[in-house]
Amino acid sequence: MVARLWQWFDSRMPTVGAEWRKHAAEYYAPKNFNFWYFFGSLALLVLVIQIVSGIFLTMNYKPDANLAFGSVEYIMRDVPGGWIIRYIHSTGASAFFIVVYLHMFRALLYGSHKEPRELVWIFGVLIYLTLMGEAFFGYLLPWGQMSYWGAQVIVNLFGTVPFIGPDLALWIRGDYVVSDATLNRFFALHVIAFPLVLLGLVVAHLLALHDVGSNNPDGVDIKKVKGPDGHALDGIPFHPYYTVKDLVGSVVFLALFCFVMFFVPEMGGYFLENNNFIPADPLKTPQHIAPVWYFTPFYSILRAVPPLFHSQFPGVLAMGVATLILFFLPWLDRSPVKSIRYRGTLYKAWLAVFVIVFLVLGYLGTEPTTVWGQFGFDAFFLDTKDVATWVARVGTVIYFLFFFLMPWYTARDKVLPVPERVVYH
Amino acid sequence: MNDNEKPDKTRRNLVVATSAVGAAVGLGAAVPFVASMWPSERARAAGAPVEVDLSRIAPGELAVIEWRGKPVWVIRRTPEMLASLKAAEARLSDPRSKASEQPKYAENEYRSAKPDVMVMEGVCTHLGCSPQLKGADAKGEMGGDWVGGFYCPCHGSKFDLAGRVFRGAPAPTNLKVPPYTFVSDSKLVIGEDEKTKGV
Repeated sequence: MVARLWQWFDSRMPTVGAEWRKHAAEYYAPKNFNFWYFFGSLALLVLVIQIVSGIFLTMNYKPDANLAFGSVEYIMRDVPGGWIIRYIHSTGASAFFIVVYLHMFRALLYGSHKEPRELVWIFGVLIYLTLMGEAFFGYLLPWGQMSYWGAQVIVNLFGTVPFIGPDLALWIRGDYVVSDATLNRFFALHVIAFPLVLLGLVVAHLLALHDVGSNNPDGVDIKKVKGPDGHALDGIPFHPYYTVKDLVGSVVFLALFCFVMFFVPEMGGYFLENNNFIPADPLKTPQHIAPVWYFTPFYSILRAVPPLFHSQFPGVLAMGVATLILFFLPWLDRSPVKSIRYRGTLYKAWLAVFVIVFLVLGYLGTEPTTVWGQFGFDAFFLDTKDVATWVARVGTVIYFLFFFLMPWYTARDKVLPVPERVVYH
Repeated sequence: MNDNEKPDKTRRNLVVATSAVGAAVGLGAAVPFVASMWPSERARAAGAPVEVDLSRIAPGELAVIEWRGKPVWVIRRTPEMLASLKAAEARLSDPRSKASEQPKYAENEYRSAKPDVMVMEGVCTHLGCSPQLKGADAKGEMGGDWVGGFYCPCHGSKFDLAGRVFRGAPAPTNLKVPPYTFVSDSKLVIGEDEKTKGV
C-alpha cells in the first residue's frame, strides 16, 4: 500500500526521490568520521530548534519600547509553557555558537577549508557572520539594560567609519539614539530577514559540500580509490550509516541542552546576563557591560587597540578584519596536506597557541579591563597600566600572526606522507 | 528563433538594453526601502531644548538631564574640583580640546561658559556608553593617581571633571559639550544658544 502510494507520488514528482538519493541514501561519506563530525548536523538541529521556538515566542512578544520588557516577563510568568520556550530559545542561541565554533575548529584540525572545499568554507563563514547579526538583533528584543547598551555600542561601531559613519549609524538606528524605531526594525530583521538569509546560506553550504564530497579526519580524497560499483571504497551511504550516528549525537546533545535549560539557563550570567533583567534605561549605563560570551574575543580585540589620530576606527577595523580574515583561510593555508595528523609541529604549535589566545581574549572580553590589576611601575610606553589590556594587546597580535604568518609556516612545515586510503587510529 | 551561428546583433542589443533597464528599475525600487530606514518625521521633531534649575543642584553634585534621548550632565564644580583639572592636565590626550567638539564659549581651560557650571553630554566618545562619576575618593578603585573624574564601564575610558579624556583610553576625544545658554543666574537651557537660534 505504502509502496504503491510512493510509486504514484514518485512517477509524478521524481525530484523528491532523486534529491533524497543524492543527498542521503547515495551520498557516500568517508567511513572514518569521528567525534568532530557531529557538529554540522547539530548546527542544523539547533537551527530548527531556534526557528520553532522563535515562532512561538513571537506569538506573545511585543516589539515596542514600552511593552517589550513586560511582554518577555509575561511570557516567562503567565503564558503556559512560555518560560520553557524562552529558555529553549536563549539556550539555543549560545548552543548555536558553541556548536558552530567546534564545527569551525574541526575545519582547522582536518583542513576542511582547503581545496576543493573553499566554497563550502566561504558559505560557512557567511553563515557565521549572519548568525552574529541574528544574535545581535535578537539580543536587543528583551529591551533590558544589556540589550540597550549592547546595541548602543555595536551601532556606534558603524558610526566610527570615516566620513559616512555618523549618517550610517543614524540610518541603522532610525533615530538619534537607540529607541523604539530601532527595536521595531531589529525585530523585523531578527524574525524575517536574517533567518531567510541563514536558510539560503545553509542550503548553499550543503549543496557545495555534496558537490565535492566530505573531507575526513585523514584528509585523503576517498574518490581516488573506487570499487567495482563506482563508489569510493572508503565511503558509506550517509543514510542510514550517518543518520543513525548523528541521531546518537543529537540525543547526547539534547540531554546536555536540557540540563542547561532546566537547571542553569542563565549559565551564571554568561548565557543571559544579569543586567538584562533590568529594563533598558537610556540615561544610565550599567556598572559593567560586556557582550554575550560568543562575541567577547572580538570585543577584546576592539578594546585592546588604542585610538589613533583621535579616531577609534582602528579598533573597529581590527575587529572587522579579525572576522573577515576567515574568508581567506583556504588561500593562507599553503600546506600540501590537509589533516593535522600529517602536518608538522609548526602548524600544531600555532593552532594550539591560537586556541589558547582565542579563549583568553574571550575571557577578558567578559571582564572589565581592571580584572588583573595594574602594573606597579611606570614607563613612557605604558599608555594604560591595566595588565589585562596589555595581555589583550599581545593576544590580538598573536591572533593576527596566526593568519598573517600562515602562508609562511604552513609552507615550510615538515609534513608526513599521506596514505592512499583512510586509516583508523 | 534565429538558428544561425552568428548571433543576431539587434536581438542581442535588445536583450542587453532590457536587462540594463530592468536592473535600473530594480535599483530604483530599493530607494523607498532604504529611505524608510531614516529617522521618521516624528523622531526628527522630538528634541526641543530643556530647562534646568541650577539652584536645585548642590555643589559637587551631578545632575543627569535628558536631552534628545541622551543623558546630559550638569555639575556644579567646587573649587577643589576645579583645582583637580590642573592636576590632571599632564596625563590628558587633548588638554586644550583642539580635536574635540564643543561650542566656542566652552573652548577654554574649564570647557564651560562659567567655570563652576559644567555641562556636557554624558555619552562616551568611544562607543556611546554613559560614563560614571568617580570622585577623588575613588583612588582604591581607579588607581593612586586618580584626582576625580568619570569612568566608562564599557571599555574603561577615563575622563577628568571637564570631560577631557586621559591618555591610554579607547575614547578618541573629550566628551562633547552641547549648546547651552544661561537665561538667568540659576536657569540654564540645554540645546539652545546664539548659534542654534540663528539656524
